[in-house]
Amino acid sequence: MAGVREAITQAHQGEWARVVAALARRFGDLDIAEEAAAEAFATAVERWPVDGVPPNPGAWLTTTAGRKAIDRIRRENKRDDKQREAQRLYEDVPPEPPGAIDDDRLRLIFTCCHPALAMEARVALTLRMVGGLTVPEIARAFLVGEAAMGQRITRAKSKIEAARVPYRVPSEADLPARVSGVLAALFLVFNEGYLATGPGTDPVRPGLTAEAIRLARLLRALLPWDGEVAGLLALMLLTEARRTARVSASGELVPLGEQDRGAWDSALIAEGHRLVRERLAAGVAPGRYQILAAINAVHTSARDVRDTDWSQVVALYDQLVRLDPSPIVALNRAIAVAELDGPEVALAAIGRLDDALAGYHAYHATRAELLRRLGRGQEARTAYDKAIELAGNTAEIVYLTRRRG
Amino acid sequence: MQYLVSVIDDRTGSATSDEMAAIDTFNDRLVAEGHWVFAGGLASPSSATVIDNRGGEALFTDGPFLESKEYLAGFWVINAPDLDVALALAAEGSKACNRRVEVRPFLEE
Repeated sequence: MAGVREAITQAHQGEWARVVAALARRFGDLDIAEEAAAEAFATAVERWPVDGVPPNPGAWLTTTAGRKAIDRIRRENKRDDKQREAQRLYEDVPPEPPGAIDDDRLRLIFTCCHPALAMEARVALTLRMVGGLTVPEIARAFLVGEAAMGQRITRAKSKIEAARVPYRVPSEADLPARVSGVLAALFLVFNEGYLATGPGTDPVRPGLTAEAIRLARLLRALLPWDGEVAGLLALMLLTEARRTARVSASGELVPLGEQDRGAWDSALIAEGHRLVRERLAAGVAPGRYQILAAINAVHTSARDVRDTDWSQVVALYDQLVRLDPSPIVALNRAIAVAELDGPEVALAAIGRLDDALAGYHAYHATRAELLRRLGRGQEARTAYDKAIELAGNTAEIVYLTRRRG
Repeated sequence: MQYLVSVIDDRTGSATSDEMAAIDTFNDRLVAEGHWVFAGGLASPSSATVIDNRGGEALFTDGPFLESKEYLAGFWVINAPDLDVALALAAEGSKACNRRVEVRPFLEE
């Protein structure tokens, strides 16, 4: 029995996206694809313990889901329409040039992360259609009611159908922009897991970071030549590696400099470092995720925080600022500058960010820390108060409150 | 498949001569590439009249049905095989008329 359960879990992780993607291509309808895939897995849960696990679970699921889809189309008596529709969609998919990536899952990912969809819709749809999470699971992940989340997904699917969002991999010219839209959605899922924003959840949610990494691995397998995909995966791995050291037993956030580095996951770090080295060897100008991954590679290379190569970190931030001159990047650069040139220089650097970041808790937390180091206790306490007021993560609030003193 | 590309405006007065020339060039391209269905510019919203004939007697009301800072200044109806093509054309249209545009699909069949 345990073996069968294990096989079903494995099939779900390995085959869900493939089954949905193949059905979406065959029937030209995400709704039908999603429901038929869910029915096929429900049938597996019923049948496999009785009949045994089929020799090729993926093929069994695809065949079963295909039958379920046809049953549903007949049931709904929309057979002619849908068949015509399927025919149309099939004809619309242009033949791939030789050597081009041909994977239905990639079509599915690009469709779910289409720029005409709002970011929250992209995230929800990707987790459902590609990740195979249930609607209640996604609703819990984003602290949204189940009905509202169900509606968000339904609305996105309807728009895809009504506006005819194409089911295909974007052209080479559009690919970089479209990939970055996919990466933004995956990074959002990861970040929500790594630093949950709401007061009603655990401060760190490994289920979400693991799902984001799984999807990033899938994307990496499908687009192995894309530097930013490798960069995001490396960034996630090097961040995830520090997860268990990040919250203390008493539920307090532990900053990078104070973490028990022996508790870091060395296998994830090694994998992340391999990806960063691969990108360096490629000799192509790195994008933002590759630079962020490189910064995290520097941190995770230091056995002790005092061994951190801060000049390298600042140099990488300089590179990032040229690519993305946003105030948040400038803030993170200042944190590294404080280690290299002292808190006074860093404080002067973030002084210019006040207008842009007045509502961002990390800005006030950084200022508070710098003021404290400069012995300006009263100003530091005011800044900590502001940071605590704006922070959403429970473990971070505990940390800031103790730090305030 | 057909899409409505609405031109959103918040200024009074019609397009400048530069904008008109860019719109003409864009229109020629729509025709040449088979995307053209129809297009037109609209007079100001204050010239609109709302008619309600649901009650047996037609009632006329002066002005647009919706008072807002932004209004529909014109539109294109284009033919495109899918949303990606429609969005790319609308992006060109937005540049040509120097205004924001909205893309909305027609109901099929």
